[in-house]
Amino acid sequence: MSRFVARRTVEILVVLAIMSLVIYALIGLMPGDPVDLMIASNPHLTVADAARLKALYGLDKPLLERYAAWAGAALHGDFGYSRLYAQPVLTVLLPRLGNTALLMGTSFALTLALAWPIGLLAARRPGSWLDDAANFASFATISMPSFWLALMLILVFAVQLGWLPPGGATTIGVGGSVDRADHLVLPVITLTLVNFGPQLRYMRAAMIDTLNHDYIRTARAKGAGETRILTRHALRNALIPLITVVALSFGSLFSGALVTETMFSYPGMGKLIYDAVLGNDYNLALAGLLFATLMTLLANFAADLAYAAVDPRIAYR
Amino acid sequence: MSALAQPRVRFGGGVLLVLALAVLLAPWLAQALGAHADTVDLYRRLAGPSLRHPLGTDELGRDLLLRLLEGGRVSLLVGITAALAAAVLGTAIGLVAGYFGGRLDAALMRLTDGVIALPLLPLLVVLAAADLHKLGVPDALRQSEAMSLYRIIVLVTLVGWTTVARLVRGTTLSLKRQDFVRAAEALGAGHRRIMLVHILPNLATPIIVATSLAVGEIILLESVLSFLGLGVAPPLASWGNMLTGAEETIALAPMLAVYPGLLIFLTVMACNLLGDGLQQALDPRQRR
Repeated sequence: MSRFVARRTVEILVVLAIMSLVIYALIGLMPGDPVDLMIASNPHLTVADAARLKALYGLDKPLLERYAAWAGAALHGDFGYSRLYAQPVLTVLLPRLGNTALLMGTSFALTLALAWPIGLLAARRPGSWLDDAANFASFATISMPSFWLALMLILVFAVQLGWLPPGGATTIGVGGSVDRADHLVLPVITLTLVNFGPQLRYMRAAMIDTLNHDYIRTARAKGAGETRILTRHALRNALIPLITVVALSFGSLFSGALVTETMFSYPGMGKLIYDAVLGNDYNLALAGLLFATLMTLLANFAADLAYAAVDPRIAYR
Repeated sequence: MSALAQPRVRFGGGVLLVLALAVLLAPWLAQALGAHADTVDLYRRLAGPSLRHPLGTDELGRDLLLRLLEGGRVSLLVGITAALAAAVLGTAIGLVAGYFGGRLDAALMRLTDGVIALPLLPLLVVLAAADLHKLGVPDALRQSEAMSLYRIIVLVTLVGWTTVARLVRGTTLSLKRQDFVRAAEALGAGHRRIMLVHILPNLATPIIVATSLAVGEIILLESVLSFLGLGVAPPLASWGNMLTGAEETIALAPMLAVYPGLLIFLTVMACNLLGDGLQQALDPRQRR
C-alpha cells in the first residue's frame, strides 16, 4: 500500500511538471507581456527603459529558460505578484481555493446523495416509470447549459421572488454562517444539477451490468432479501467501475465550478482564473491553472484509494 | 430502417430537422417581415412582441426572432463542423490505438483519459484568449470577421474527440480478432489496407453514435465560451453570445434570457436523444 502511494505520488508530480510546462507555454500565448502593460500605463517609459525591463524580467530569453526560472521560484513558494490585486499570488489564491473546495465539495456530495440512490432504484427495473423518469431527468440535466440554468435560477429566485441573493459569497456588513449559506444555495443547486445526469447514468449502467451476473441469481436462490442483494451483492461490485468514471469526472466538476462561480460572482478559483485571463494577469492565471490541475489530480488519487477500499482483490504493491 | 422505429431517434431527429429548416428558411422570413437580423432600431429597444417583431426586440432594437434564427445557424454550423472534425480526429486515434495495441495503445488511451480528466474549461479559456499573432496566423485571416468562428471550431475540436476515440478503439479491438481481418492478413494485406478497407467500414455505428452525441456536447461548449465572450464574437450572433447581453437586461426583459437558452437546451437534448436512440437501434448488444 505504501509503495503504491509512493508510486502514485511520483506519477502526480511528473504529470504536474508536464502540465506546468504546457500551461506556462499557453500563458505565453496570451496577448502582450508584462512590460507591454507597463509601457501602456506609463507614457514616460523610453524604448531603452523597456528593453532594460525586459532583460530584468528575463523576457528576452527563450521559453524553456524562462520556464526554468519560474519553476525554480515556484518550488520555493514564490509565484510572483498578481497584477490585478497587487498582492503576492498565493495571498490571493489560497482563500479562493477554500471557497471553491466548499462549493465543489458540498455540491458533489449532494449530487451523489441524489443521483446514486435514484440510479440504483432505476436499474432494478429497467423500463419502469421510475426508470423512465430518471432517464428523462438525466437527459435533461446533461443537455442543460449550466450558465443558462444559473441565469434562470437568478431570474426566478433572486430577481422575481427575491428569496436569495443573486451573487457573491457574503453580504457586506452582515456576514455570519447563515449569510454564507444563503449565498451558497443557488451556486450549489446549479453545480449539483449539472453533474446529476452523468452520475445517475454511470450508476444505472453499472448496476444493470452487475445485476445480470450469476452471483446475483445465486444470492436470490439462497433467499437473500432484496435490500441485501442490492446493497451487499450488487452495489459493492457496481462501485468498482463506478469509481473509475467518477475519478474522471472531477475535471468537468471544476469546469462547471468555473461557470457557476462566474455566474454568481462567487470568489472561487474558477472565477479567479477567468478574471486573471481576461485581465492579462499572467502570474495569477498560471498559478490558478496549476492549482486547478493539482486539485483534479489529488481528487483522482483519492478515487484510486477508494478503489482499494472497495475491491479487496486489488492489492496495491 | 429499424432506427426510425426508435422513439428517441424520431423525436431527436425530428426536432433537429425542424430547427435546421427554420434556420435555413430564415432569409425568406426576414424578407416577409421586412427586417434583417442585424438591423438596429434604437427607438424600439427591448420592445414586447408585435406583428412586426413576433418575439419583440433585443437591447439594440434588433428583431429577436430573426436574431435567434441567425444565432441558430451559427451554433448549428459550429456544432456540426466541429463534431465532424472531432469525429475524424477521434476515429484516427481510436483506430490506430485499437489496431496496433500494446504501448502505442496504452499511450494514446492515457492521453485520452488525461484530456477527459483535466479541468478543460479553464484551459480553453486561456486558449481562447491566446494572441493569434504569436501563433503565426497571417494578419489577413486574423482580422477577418469569420476568425472567431474558425477559432472556436478548432478549440472545441481539440477537446471533443475523446468520446469517438474511446468507442472506436473498443470496437476496433473486437473487430481485429475476427476471421475476416485474419483472412485479409493471410492474403497479404498491409496494415493500412486492413485498417481503411476492412475495419473502418465496420466502425460506422460507433462513429455515427459518438458524433451525434458530440454535436450536443460541442454546442454546449461553444455556447458557454461564446457567453463568456471568448467564442463567437458579436456582431455575429450565436445562442451563447446572445445571452451575454441578456444577463444585463434580465430585470427589464427576462424573455431575452429565456429563449436562446431554451433553444440550446432543446438542440442539445435532441442530439443526445438521437445519439442514444441510434445506439440502441444499431447496436443489438445495447438493447435491454
